[in-house]
Amino acid sequence: MTSPLASIVSAGVTKFGVREGLYTRELFAEAAKEAFAQCPNLDPKRDIQALFVGMMSESYEHQAHIAPLLLDWVGLLPNPAFRAEGACASSSIALRTALFAIASGMHEIVLVGGVEKMTHLSTTGVTEILAMASDFPFEQWHGISFPGIFAMMAVDHMHKYGTTQEQLAKVAVKNHEHGLLNPKAHLQKRITVQDVLSSQPVAWPLKLYDCCPRSDGASCIILTSPKLARKFTDTPVNIIGSGQAQDTLGLFERDDFSTMKVTRLAAEKAYKMANVQPKDIDVAELHDCFTIAEIIAYEDLGFCEKGEGGKLIDEGATYIGGRIPTNTSGGLKAKGHPVGATGVAQTCEIYSQLTNQAGKRQVPNAEIGLSENVGGSASTGVIHIYERGD
Amino acid sequence: MKVLKSEEKKTSFILDANGAIVQNVENFYRFCAERKLMGVKCRSCGSVTSPPRPFCPKCLATVLEWTELKGQGELLTFTVIHFPPSQFQALAPYPVGIVKMYEGPHLPGIIKNVKSEDLKIGMRLQVDFESAIPKEWPRWPRYFFKSAV
Repeated sequence: MTSPLASIVSAGVTKFGVREGLYTRELFAEAAKEAFAQCPNLDPKRDIQALFVGMMSESYEHQAHIAPLLLDWVGLLPNPAFRAEGACASSSIALRTALFAIASGMHEIVLVGGVEKMTHLSTTGVTEILAMASDFPFEQWHGISFPGIFAMMAVDHMHKYGTTQEQLAKVAVKNHEHGLLNPKAHLQKRITVQDVLSSQPVAWPLKLYDCCPRSDGASCIILTSPKLARKFTDTPVNIIGSGQAQDTLGLFERDDFSTMKVTRLAAEKAYKMANVQPKDIDVAELHDCFTIAEIIAYEDLGFCEKGEGGKLIDEGATYIGGRIPTNTSGGLKAKGHPVGATGVAQTCEIYSQLTNQAGKRQVPNAEIGLSENVGGSASTGVIHIYERGD
Repeated sequence: MKVLKSEEKKTSFILDANGAIVQNVENFYRFCAERKLMGVKCRSCGSVTSPPRPFCPKCLATVLEWTELKGQGELLTFTVIHFPPSQFQALAPYPVGIVKMYEGPHLPGIIKNVKSEDLKIGMRLQVDFESAIPKEWPRWPRYFFKSAV
């Protein structure tokens, strides 16, 4: 189709959830250990030339300057290490940075990942740290929480397109269903539409079960130049498209709250680069931090017409076995959302799918995958497109 | 540039070298202490921006002048916060929304004196101001919205 930007030759992701007593350094090492173990032809100390890692906030565990720390904990001193921050899209930005490094020829084999440790803090504590990714003087200062921001998107979407709370709930039901097939997912529980509708209100119309949990976890991949990939695996996954776009930090400054412009614009770039269309995507990991975000993503990615995201979930088209399976991992909603780990964890899921390692949640004959990772109130959007390299 | 001088005001503002009130977020909130909702008007394209910025977001011109907004607007979207940040806990549940001001800018804020079930997209709202000024940074008196009728 198109010449790949880089190739993924291995991936590792921790169990997401409450990982008591484990902090970012140990979580990241756990993910790296898995990626190294699955790549026996790679000698990490000899071969890996740099680390690119995403983490949202040093406030969670009072630890800044994590790039050298995580590098050290996986035995890769004294290589250069870079930390990217883009709120919930941090590790997708780390991945893009790694793509630049490989495309430039500066590095040929790198480790890319993400991590966040959250569950040792109270829900209130986590809410306040997450809110830092919204505008301080105008959103945080006026008591607007992060769920509140996505709730205002939901209200606008419901008003413009008639989207219902039941349709939002169906996204949660689907992603919990998929999460049951992923042993590493945080929430392992079947839920019903009624469970979602009767759960505790967080920010109307979003209830507790419309929101992803706070989780601990880490993810990583080993990324190489396309020409080196075959040295390490017979089944590489190629990254063939990458797009990123930005919008105002404050939701309030936009003209339309029912769309995520960054997803649309980043997707346009990624589709064009990969020379594929929405209908070519076999499996996608979407940024369902709140159920409404998945409905809007369907539309902005072109999986359906604008305003018809609710209908797409009604039809069941995004279940495994449907026309366009989304969040086979369980998504942020059921797999969990250790913020900095999420972007590369989406990449890990697509890698599993395209290498036929996804077990009970395998999408048969998946050839092309997509990940959509959004930061803050969709102030950052990053899309990657992948294809089987075997 | 229209120069609002500090002597005209009882509030202490951040001033530039010419004694003009700098067009920034800090001074936006210092105007709130005087019960004024302020924006900046671009001398090139005429568009009104609030909160104020050093560049006009429409045309990137840098010559803007302070302008007072009427304080009236229309509700674009809203929610009701049930699970608030800790400093708002006593208030919960409380409605917040994004309001399109008459002059064009959008501002988010808490909505008071309107029951949650009466909130409607398109309803008319009026800005008002809290009198309390926090003792430590950020010393920003909050504006809020209330029913216009």
